[in-house]
Amino acid sequence: MTPSPLVEIQDITLGFGHRRVLSNISFDVPAGRIVSVIGPNGTGKTSLLRTVCGNLEPFKGKIVLKGKDIARQVRADLARQMAVVHQNLEPLPMQVQAYVLLGRLPFFKPFQFFETGKDRDLARHFMTVTGILDLADSAMDQISGGERQLAALARALTQEPEFLVLDEPTAHLDITHQARILDLISGLRDRLGLTVLMVIHDLNLAAEYSDFLVLLNKDKGQIHAMGTPEQILTRKNIQAVYHTPVRVNKNPQSGRPCVFIDRAGA
Amino acid sequence: MKANARSWGLFSLGLFVLLAFTAGLSLSVGSACIRFADIPGIIAAGPGSAEYGILLGIRLPRTLLGIAMGGALSLAGTLLQGMFKNPLVEPYTLGISGGASLGICINILFKLYAVIGIIAYPLSGFAGASLVIFLVYGLNRSTRHIRSNRMLLTGVMISYVASSLVMLLMALARADDLQTIVLWIMGSLDEPDMALIRMALMGSLAGLFLSYFFCFDLNALALGEEEAAGLGVNTARARKGIFFIASFLTGLSVSMAGVIMFVGLIVPHFMRLVTGPDHRILLLASYLAGAVFLLMCDVVARTVIAPLELPVGVITGIIGGVVFIWAISRKKEDL
Repeated sequence: MTPSPLVEIQDITLGFGHRRVLSNISFDVPAGRIVSVIGPNGTGKTSLLRTVCGNLEPFKGKIVLKGKDIARQVRADLARQMAVVHQNLEPLPMQVQAYVLLGRLPFFKPFQFFETGKDRDLARHFMTVTGILDLADSAMDQISGGERQLAALARALTQEPEFLVLDEPTAHLDITHQARILDLISGLRDRLGLTVLMVIHDLNLAAEYSDFLVLLNKDKGQIHAMGTPEQILTRKNIQAVYHTPVRVNKNPQSGRPCVFIDRAGA
Repeated sequence: MKANARSWGLFSLGLFVLLAFTAGLSLSVGSACIRFADIPGIIAAGPGSAEYGILLGIRLPRTLLGIAMGGALSLAGTLLQGMFKNPLVEPYTLGISGGASLGICINILFKLYAVIGIIAYPLSGFAGASLVIFLVYGLNRSTRHIRSNRMLLTGVMISYVASSLVMLLMALARADDLQTIVLWIMGSLDEPDMALIRMALMGSLAGLFLSYFFCFDLNALALGEEEAAGLGVNTARARKGIFFIASFLTGLSVSMAGVIMFVGLIVPHFMRLVTGPDHRILLLASYLAGAVFLLMCDVVARTVIAPLELPVGVITGIIGGVVFIWAISRKKEDL
């Protein structure tokens, strides 16, 4: 049985200026589940995530988090429930440790000036689980893009969110770190009931780690299909949206769908 | 620098000691040299001596004004560089100094000081600065956000317009008015009115106090607008608050001491190299270091061709520029 939704995306239409990018987008993110938004480049996946985070005002529709419209919530309250990892992280002249500790900012009490011992323990814990503890004293502008991505995830987890929003969390990562990040996220979902909404380009990673997929259609600016990876990652759906011939097999170990480019069919 | 109470406390204490030493130097040095050790005795002896008059009537006001203005300019630069995430922004970028200069020029040319007294200088400067602050803010205010880049461009353009108007007024001015305008524009800490100096010091310290309400917002804004929002920062409110504090500090300093260049650009940079980007220490460090730097420059300005003195703005530019180029040439990484 699908758990009750933690987040409801209700009839969202969004765009820039007079240009509509996505229209009438509605779906739920059930509590304790990983939902991935997939679709070709330029579909509006990141814009949709920005709307979910409250950073891009939709033309119409609303985002409801735990029964409350996020547009009516105070930023600090939202930050105590939801954390975001953005796609393009700026290299900053800031220590990794200080960057990760910024995740405790929403929990600072009025006139609190320093982080508490608990804040430092949490930051250290999530730097350990993301494998960046040895970079704690390095500057963010002196580590690789992938390491910055790991630091951003550690910072987001230090916020102790119920709802985690990830924009291309594996974009700059090698296969080891891709597996590490996604195993960590699915482990947190299993152990702590973390709810995750992510945008991801790699269809096989999406199939392997997501409970539900939302496939966006660039041509129509709407949802093409949504459901479990088995329901969504079919040859017909993928070819209709990506206009690329593919073959879909099953991962022999997990039974999840695996997508291959069909060069013979091109 | 390690982010903890101990290292920050020690560093701040060091800056306080340096400021006390510089203030002592500023009180001692001048055309009449007063030994530092004699200062308590002169004050204790009370009025009557020439030294007492020099110390409390001339040098103390100048020293206090140097602390207030150096701190204010440096703090304004730190706030604006943090808010705009742009290391080239300084307090005068937004055209506030241009507005203040225009106000002062109008005061001098139309002899407003003859009607309302010496307070006409800071008042007209502050009126000009305030006009620009509200113009820049009003032109760049959308429903939810302050548009940062547009604000910078508008400020730069207003600055050009104000400078052109100042030059126009200078072209129309009589020779004695022209000299007053030029000297004022070059900046000076020569202000004998203790009431005005108390006001400047209190305004400057109030700016420091208020800026601390935004220290965490500034840290978060360094990550970018959306990341800061994700950390619970009301970015629109934070930007407004930071803009008005920085503008107030700039307007205050320009109307009290004229245009003193480079303090608000160089000192925040230098302090960021030393303390790192955490605004919890950077704001206080910039304030104290700005005060030290301006006092040192003023001491140099008073002594280098004594008994004549140079405009302090000239010295801040020369010393600040050279020291800063030396400092960044030693740093391997990009700023």
